[in-house]
Amino acid sequence: MENQAHVINGHDAHGHDDHHEQSFWTKYVFSQDHKMISKQFLVTAIVMALLAMLMSMTFRLQLGWPDNKFPFLEKIWGHWAKGGKLDPTFYLSLVTIHGTIMVFFVLTGGLSGTFSNLLIPLQIGARDMASGFLNMLSYWFFFGSCCVMTISVLLPDGAASGGWTIYPPLSALPQAIGGSGIGMTLWLVSMVLFIGSALLGGINYVVTVVNLRTKGMSMTRLPLTIWAFTITAILGILSFPVLFAAALLLVFDRSFGTSFYLSDIFINGVALDHHGGSPILFQHLFWFLGHPEVYIVLLPALGITSEVIATQSRKPIFGYKAMIGSMLVIAFLSFVVWGHHMFVTGMNPFLGSVFVFTTLLVAIPSAVKVFNYIATIFKGNLVYSPALLFAIGLVSFFISGGITGIILGDSALDINIHDTYFVVAHFHIVMGSSAIFGMFAGVYHWFPRMFGRMMNKTLGYWHFWITLICVYGVFFPMHFLGLAGVPRRYYANTAYDQFDQLVNINSVISVFAMVAGLAQVIFVANFFYSMFRGRKAEQNPWNSNTLEWTAPVEHLHGNWPGEIPTVYRWPYDYSKPGAAEDFIPQTVPFSQTESSNAAGMH
Amino acid sequence: MITFLGLIVTILVIIAIARIVRILELTAYLSGENSERITEKNNNLQGTLNLVFLFVGMIFIVFTTWRYSRFILPVSASKHGVQIDNLMNVNYVLIFTVFFITQILLFVFAFKYRHNKNRRAEFIPENHKLEFVWTIIPTIVLGGMIVYGLTVWNRITNAVSNKDAQVIELYGKQFDWTARYAGKDNTLGKANFLKININNPLGVDSLDPNAKDDILVKELHLKINQPTLLSIRAQDVIHSVYMPHFRLQMNAVPGMTTQFYFVPSITTDEMRKNLNNDKFDYVLLCNKICGMAHYTMKMKVVVDDENQYAEWMNKQKSFDGTAVADNTNPIKVSAVASK
Ligand code: HEM
Ligand SMILES: [Cu+2]
Ligand SMILES: [Cu+2]
Repeated sequence: MENQAHVINGHDAHGHDDHHEQSFWTKYVFSQDHKMISKQFLVTAIVMALLAMLMSMTFRLQLGWPDNKFPFLEKIWGHWAKGGKLDPTFYLSLVTIHGTIMVFFVLTGGLSGTFSNLLIPLQIGARDMASGFLNMLSYWFFFGSCCVMTISVLLPDGAASGGWTIYPPLSALPQAIGGSGIGMTLWLVSMVLFIGSALLGGINYVVTVVNLRTKGMSMTRLPLTIWAFTITAILGILSFPVLFAAALLLVFDRSFGTSFYLSDIFINGVALDHHGGSPILFQHLFWFLGHPEVYIVLLPALGITSEVIATQSRKPIFGYKAMIGSMLVIAFLSFVVWGHHMFVTGMNPFLGSVFVFTTLLVAIPSAVKVFNYIATIFKGNLVYSPALLFAIGLVSFFISGGITGIILGDSALDINIHDTYFVVAHFHIVMGSSAIFGMFAGVYHWFPRMFGRMMNKTLGYWHFWITLICVYGVFFPMHFLGLAGVPRRYYANTAYDQFDQLVNINSVISVFAMVAGLAQVIFVANFFYSMFRGRKAEQNPWNSNTLEWTAPVEHLHGNWPGEIPTVYRWPYDYSKPGAAEDFIPQTVPFSQTESSNAAGMH
Repeated sequence: MITFLGLIVTILVIIAIARIVRILELTAYLSGENSERITEKNNNLQGTLNLVFLFVGMIFIVFTTWRYSRFILPVSASKHGVQIDNLMNVNYVLIFTVFFITQILLFVFAFKYRHNKNRRAEFIPENHKLEFVWTIIPTIVLGGMIVYGLTVWNRITNAVSNKDAQVIELYGKQFDWTARYAGKDNTLGKANFLKININNPLGVDSLDPNAKDDILVKELHLKINQPTLLSIRAQDVIHSVYMPHFRLQMNAVPGMTTQFYFVPSITTDEMRKNLNNDKFDYVLLCNKICGMAHYTMKMKVVVDDENQYAEWMNKQKSFDGTAVADNTNPIKVSAVASK
């Protein structure tokens, strides 16, 4: 800890790289260096994402061809797919764990953990996070939580199977579904570890941004990535404790006979001794986290997109202040909209009206962000790195998924489409695919910064186009399933004559899903190949203005060999009239750019 | 099967593509294109692909919408559902407009402003007038949608307090539904989960006089144009009453009673004729994950005309075991309502 304190103070310029030798363990495993921790998060998230994808492909097989048998499934999932036929309970486990992994491990831990860790110190000009030790703990809590969740899938009674929203009483009563036994216990343990990780990380990010900005790095000179990560961290700090409370009360109900969520239950021939609890209470607590959570997933992706689009368009981000403002408004509103998940729970209709009002308001700052992205591209000079393509893809999804939110946020309309495939389509596009594309954009863009090598661009292009087409192919038709009245979380639609006509749509969707899954092989191959064999990166491969590209390609403990650079301007001086080059890094003082200063000092 | 073959073919194609790309890569490497810098050729190709994607994507969207919209639920079989459908149609127009405008701008710009080394991007950090306009327009449009949406919502939910409705209880348990008709007095007898047993699956209090004429059935019959108040309960976990043809959904939550008021407006026979499908039946689905057989938890729903309803009702036994004997008009409020 002692030399950690030195590192943070940072102004003394002694060589941070040479003065303590690190063992394998402290360098690669229990590392306290933000860059290494960032890589650990990323690799863990990729592994978890592949697992969750494998699950989704498994249940897409079931949904696409409900009458077929797939003997190879038995090889993968054992007795849960006897003779190649997926078990209905296990189907629910898969859906639950798929959702949980994607939302929490990939797009919360993975996305924030990777990019907040990598970019916060490097872009604000800090030697490391405020506390390297807490940062390390944050990763290991995360790792532990991933392990527990993965192990739970191997349990003989099955993993948690009440949906990622784990509504009691289903999640509280092992007699209601097998997965609510040990599976649910492990889910809760895993989630508690995860909350620990999110809080340790979040507090660290906020403290670092507030305290460790380099000289000249005022809040209005921060790249939008940093704004996004900071706001995300604050959302997490305010909402994860509520999930913790919800989970804790659930543990009490499950194990200690309390009745917070349980009342008047008769199951398996027994009247349970629970009186006066309310299952709806859980839903309020859960969604108080749950809704901010979708912005915890989305905002970092939007921040990355802002940065990538500006850099690759060689143009300042349009409406920098409006971008910050709209993120702040979205963040605030995200805490007062949770009831839109509960319009048909019997909640007071007037309360429902209030949530309709606040929910539809979110569309305004979201629209502003979309217009700003489009305006940034307008009259730009777009350099098509794979990262830019993914950023454009994100904007496209953000539009396509955002507009259906206007329908779902309208309580009167939600009556008929709540919990149908319309919802599945909506959130996969606006949250799942957007955030995944933001993550891809980030990986392609900052890979040289992380690993000192370039990813192969041609494979990147293929990866992008196949994935983009398949995402629309999978999720666009799902809207129509929802509008036909197909509920989500159904193992099969075969019990309803009216759905027989939809079999074809489901097969088409599944084909797209398989191809999408396979396309990720291209990415994974590219990622690991480039990590070891990719071409060596230049220091600033994208001609970017931000500080992370002023540090040497080789990773140093403490980031910069000498003094931390001083910042003189905002990060978006691209293509400034009068300037010699089409970019002016933040470290260049105005005194050196007389010819371009007329265009405004930011 | 054909789709499955298609799948295998696609897989092989992908693998082949990946191979080819590697080879291309190696030849590029050998011919000296020795860095991952983005070339002008890349920019032109990728920029153009954006435009191609826009065209193909739009065709896909329009084609899918045209092809799949025939599967969307038929015209609403309840009165309030018509208002919901109208609101939905207004929303469709709105979101499709926004969708086409913004996606077209996005991809056309992405194509048009692809890199050109003879050009420089324009330095446009902001434009207050433009920003004001595109903030205020969504605000006004959404304001309108909020008002319109809430008007419909209030009309639907306020109706719960109507006194003229026939009361029917829907009771969900793993994994089936039971309906309880309130009988002549239109009042449901009290129920308590501690009283549940094999002969009394809903835990109805047999000492409550109101319970005497209650009727338990496994098929929900509704009378055309009869204001109906569903009173919804659950035995074990949360279920949800979902009757999509009626634009109706309400959760069934253990420990509390929820309600939904509606007026069925198209009989099963009429709907069969509308749809040209004499096997069609309305259905009630469970729409809240409730366990292993969640996906089969359903109940048949029938909307009868006056005569069919009376005939059906006559056949039912009331809770205390005696058939609903006498009349063609077993529920007195319905007489009032049908005027
Ligand atoms: C390969 C791509 C993916 C496919 C094919 C896919 C498919 C699906 C399907 C079909 C369901 C609904 C299953 C059901 O209701 O029975 C589902 C549920 C879900 N997915 Fe995905 N998904 C994919 C990627 C993602 C991503 C990137 C996310 C990140 C947010 C995500 C999050 C979820 C969540 C939260 C659920 C809900 C789980 C629940 O109902 O409890 N999925 N997925
Ligand atoms: Cu929400
Ligand atoms: Cu159910």
